[in-house]
Amino acid sequence: MVTDRFISVPPGLGEDSPFVCMGDGALSLWERSSTARVMPSARPRKLAKVPFVELADGRLQGVVSSGSDARRVYVSSVEAGSYAFTCSTNNNRPCGGGRGWFCNHIRALIGEAVLQYGLERVTRYLKVEDPADAPDVHSLTSAMAGTRPAQGDRSTAAQVFSRFLRHLAYLELDPSTAPVPEMQWFPTTRAVA
Amino acid sequence: MVPDDEGGGLMRVDLLGDAIDGLDEALTAVDGFDDVLVGGLLRPQPGQSDGLMGLAEAVAGTPLASRVAEAAEKTAAGAAGEDHFVALAAARTALLGSVHDALAARVEEVVDRPRAEESAGEAAPGGVGDAGRGEETQASNLGAAARSWLSDLARAGWQGIDHDLVAEAAPVVSAMLPDPALRRLATLLDGFAGELAACCPGAGLERIPVRRWADLWSRAMLLTVPGAGSASAGRGEATGRLLPLGVDVQEHATAVQAQVHGVFEPADGGTPRLVRASVSAPKPDTVVGAGLWQVLRPHMSLLTAVSEERVMALDAMPLTAEGDLIWDDGRARMGDSAEVFTTARVALPTAAAFPTAPLDRHPARLAVPVLLEGYAVEEGDDGAVAFEIAGQRLAVDAERAPTAGPLTAEAVASSAACIGLLRWDAGEFLLQPLAVERTVGKKSVAVHAGAWAGGTSDKAGVRAEKAATDAVKVLRERAGKLLRK
Ligand SMILES: [Zn+2]
Repeated sequence: MVTDRFISVPPGLGEDSPFVCMGDGALSLWERSSTARVMPSARPRKLAKVPFVELADGRLQGVVSSGSDARRVYVSSVEAGSYAFTCSTNNNRPCGGGRGWFCNHIRALIGEAVLQYGLERVTRYLKVEDPADAPDVHSLTSAMAGTRPAQGDRSTAAQVFSRFLRHLAYLELDPSTAPVPEMQWFPTTRAVA
Repeated sequence: MVPDDEGGGLMRVDLLGDAIDGLDEALTAVDGFDDVLVGGLLRPQPGQSDGLMGLAEAVAGTPLASRVAEAAEKTAAGAAGEDHFVALAAARTALLGSVHDALAARVEEVVDRPRAEESAGEAAPGGVGDAGRGEETQASNLGAAARSWLSDLARAGWQGIDHDLVAEAAPVVSAMLPDPALRRLATLLDGFAGELAACCPGAGLERIPVRRWADLWSRAMLLTVPGAGSASAGRGEATGRLLPLGVDVQEHATAVQAQVHGVFEPADGGTPRLVRASVSAPKPDTVVGAGLWQVLRPHMSLLTAVSEERVMALDAMPLTAEGDLIWDDGRARMGDSAEVFTTARVALPTAAAFPTAPLDRHPARLAVPVLLEGYAVEEGDDGAVAFEIAGQRLAVDAERAPTAGPLTAEAVASSAACIGLLRWDAGEFLLQPLAVERTVGKKSVAVHAGAWAGGTSDKAGVRAEKAATDAVKVLRERAGKLLRK
């Protein structure tokens, strides 16, 4: 019998317990799953042009390689909701490319974000209402640019750049053959977003 | 009772659908507490005290009773300290531990394999960390920082999370990751925080993974207690043959783990045992697909053995009291070929499982290798697959297989035999396929989830390998230029 394996069968937790009715029955199975998939994993993409992209801190932000200088990178971002954008070098010089509009770095950033996370997730995160019949990365970019967004606060660039360095540092950490039971909560999946 | 061979190997699959005494009561108490975390504990509402008291009542007859009762009371009054949150996490973990044990007992009846004898001479469960003193101090400081963040989460509730709160985990995780003794907690916090960040602000969420986040929260909370996450003190050694059954891959944005399940046949002729061998690594989130294998491959030759369907000879490989081989390539030698389905038919029924470590007693941790044959496949409109065996329907999580591998949901749906891991989630047993056999013409063809683990000549696989190699090359190049300035 298994009953005696239970620590106790709690009194007052029968069918007439006050919180049974607001518990199990009404809530979906998804909410009572330990391994529910909350975040689809990133899709593979080429990293040469945009080595780092993330949806974080209420912004789409990342690092874009310079077309001309291998040692220079641009830190670019677009804020969710307002689409306020910034673009500057890792030495905090402003990018002259956009002349008050989305520069090519920002366009590349949006394009790669869509490849990595899917159009739907990027659109939702940035709070864009894309009026296009067949939304794609171009209509998404136009929908944001069309609101004539302002230039954002460039002071966040240092933070984005340090997040990129933190991201790169993961490559330097040693693998381990000691089991990590916690990873049981993070099953892989073939399903795409 | 004589098992029905036609109905799914030698398994009593019919028992999987039977109710388990006490399960609903325990889960109701867990759910009641989990619902409390949705709104947060900064200013507890009267409705929330029911969930807290329910948890306390559920552990009333245990050594935890008084601590948990006090914690529930303080928490309901909005006066909880970190130790109170730890006590609540412990109570919830104990309840799910009892659920785990009941499910594991049911699975034991179903698979009907030799019972695990407690190998008392080899090992004692639990144990203290083996970190040096200076490291211990740093470790406990980081543990305290993690506990403080988790306490803030509990106060905010899932509906109250925002970017600033979630971002506070990052420096703690970064400081923990390089320390092997803290790797488990760091990996958990990193995955948890990443998920929360993607869901910010919590106020805008349409639905919340209530049990999942409470699981991650409680587990992290307990791992902050010094010594809780250290490897078990009891270690034995394994010398003999290891016959792989398949690979289970787990991943979040910045970590991956591959676990090989197999049958270990001791050289001294002792009882064959079910064992696991794991390899894990932190990774940038852009390393995905075949990139996962590339990160892990150099550290475990067993992945190649799995791909090539070979046995490995082990010489004094460390083995924990829970059946985890602590892999060391220097103690393993590639052996003869052995078809995985032969292993499953011949060796698996004779293999005894190891007991589960106390902290790991949780339903999500159940993963019992089984062989199923003679089933009918049921495909839902939404592509969901289920097997029907001996009148019992068993849900199949056909998508739970690595993308860099040939095992598709279609292959599962057209299979005649399946090696998988029997699991339990959201109130039902389900099967995670590791490999299937399909009949093509008159021949049986095996398709393995881990077929590309050691490398592949498959066209799509080669393309995926190339893309992954290029991605890591770009990142390494960038890291070389920017990190070592
Ligand atoms: Zn620019």
